[in-house]
Amino acid sequence: MIKIITVYGGMLLAAMGRTLLLALLGLFFACIIGMIFGIMGVAKNRVCNVISQIFVDVIRGVPMIVLAFFVYFGVPYLFNTIIGGFSINLTALQAGTICLALNCGAYMAEIIRAGIQSVDKGQMEAARSLGLTYGMAMRKVVLPQAIRTMIPTFINQFIITLKDTSILSVIGFPELVNTAKNVQANTFMSFQTWTIVGIMYLIVITILSRSAKVLERRLSVGR
Amino acid sequence: MAGTLALSLAACGGSSSAPAADSNADAAAEETQAEEAPAESAEAADETAGASGKVWKIVTDTAFKPFEYTDDNGDFVGIDMDILAAVAEDQGFTYELQILGWDASIAACQAGQADGMIAGASITEERKASGWIFSDGYYDANQSMAVEASSDITGFDGLSGKSVAVKTGTMSAAYAESLMEQYGFTITYFEDSPTMYQAVVGGQVAACFDDTPIMASNIKDTGIAMKIVEGTGNDPAAYGFAIFNADNQELVDMFNAGLANIKASGKYDEIIAKYLGE
Repeated sequence: MIKIITVYGGMLLAAMGRTLLLALLGLFFACIIGMIFGIMGVAKNRVCNVISQIFVDVIRGVPMIVLAFFVYFGVPYLFNTIIGGFSINLTALQAGTICLALNCGAYMAEIIRAGIQSVDKGQMEAARSLGLTYGMAMRKVVLPQAIRTMIPTFINQFIITLKDTSILSVIGFPELVNTAKNVQANTFMSFQTWTIVGIMYLIVITILSRSAKVLERRLSVGR
Repeated sequence: MAGTLALSLAACGGSSSAPAADSNADAAAEETQAEEAPAESAEAADETAGASGKVWKIVTDTAFKPFEYTDDNGDFVGIDMDILAAVAEDQGFTYELQILGWDASIAACQAGQADGMIAGASITEERKASGWIFSDGYYDANQSMAVEASSDITGFDGLSGKSVAVKTGTMSAAYAESLMEQYGFTITYFEDSPTMYQAVVGGQVAACFDDTPIMASNIKDTGIAMKIVEGTGNDPAAYGFAIFNADNQELVDMFNAGLANIKASGKYDEIIAKYLGE
């Protein structure tokens, strides 16, 4: 155990850093994707609703490991070889970010759609009857109430996404699990390696969920 | 924690792969009996198996062609599989095969979830020092570098600033690691050979390092757009059957004795010729 920490500790910490970088990049784009498709899901336009629903269904219906292989190997192959004439070459970080953003984005879209729909219809009707436009009523009245109910589910989704980065070890991105496999292969100390890796995830995720609790409490003031 | 992990892996590997492995072993056994094995040796085998009564749990890698792989008929075959079946036949022990992958195979043996592994494992001093116990070598192989078929890389010099693929924890990974500083390339770690080759062909990496016979066999059989770069091979090392628990020494002894017998009988050459065509 000591040997793993002293010899490979720095390597594992750097890998944790790359895990966090990947998770943050993924989450950032997932928020954008989630917002776009979430709003499209509640829009009054039927076409928007359908597009949003199809996106969510497709992404939710495909395991992330399949998505990872598809984005990293499949998409460049499609453009470079099958169609030809293009030269697309994604790094593992880019492909990983796309996978996380799409995967987490689909769940975020559902969370946002459900959050908005959970706000009583009367709120929107009242705001509109006071002369607010649809957009203003959404921004000033509905969304502030919806976001409060979304926060806990968002945090949950963030944690799931952080853990999902481990799936991207299969495309060779040197995140924590990929690196730990190396440490295990070099030392043959599987118990020690995976214990330390487990604890590292646990610490980061505990910090994340504790600070989320604080944030949640602050935001619910005045309810 | 590791125990549970290995257990669950072993459990999934077992449930999905055991029937294929069994049918393969049976087929090999039938073949041998029909062709050359006299009836008494088969009987003797049954008796010995009955006497010790132990079914050895042997684990292997998922795809390490031509040593272990799933053929077009969906059967799990390869040099390792045939040697194992032939040795077991010769020595009269019974075994149950689990296809776990390289890392998980090692973990399963260490955790005591499996008794031995045969997965084209090179016999090295480092591994012996880390607790591996090897049989006699059953095949000599070295490691080389391969690049995409149209690549203009002709040696390690062409790798500067590029990324190369290796398989976690293998001899070829160690070989690439020993060269990375001198030639200034970075290493990407993959779980199995097919994924690694895919990355070479797809241009995600500039080159890969793997065992020479494995790459040669893959290039020959699948026509994958990859070529082995001349003069990049290291000194060959032997592949051995491995155990991690000295209590299973009996298994290694049986393997060594069986290997000597199948080499003497010509069965070994037959197996090698079947897969490598020489």
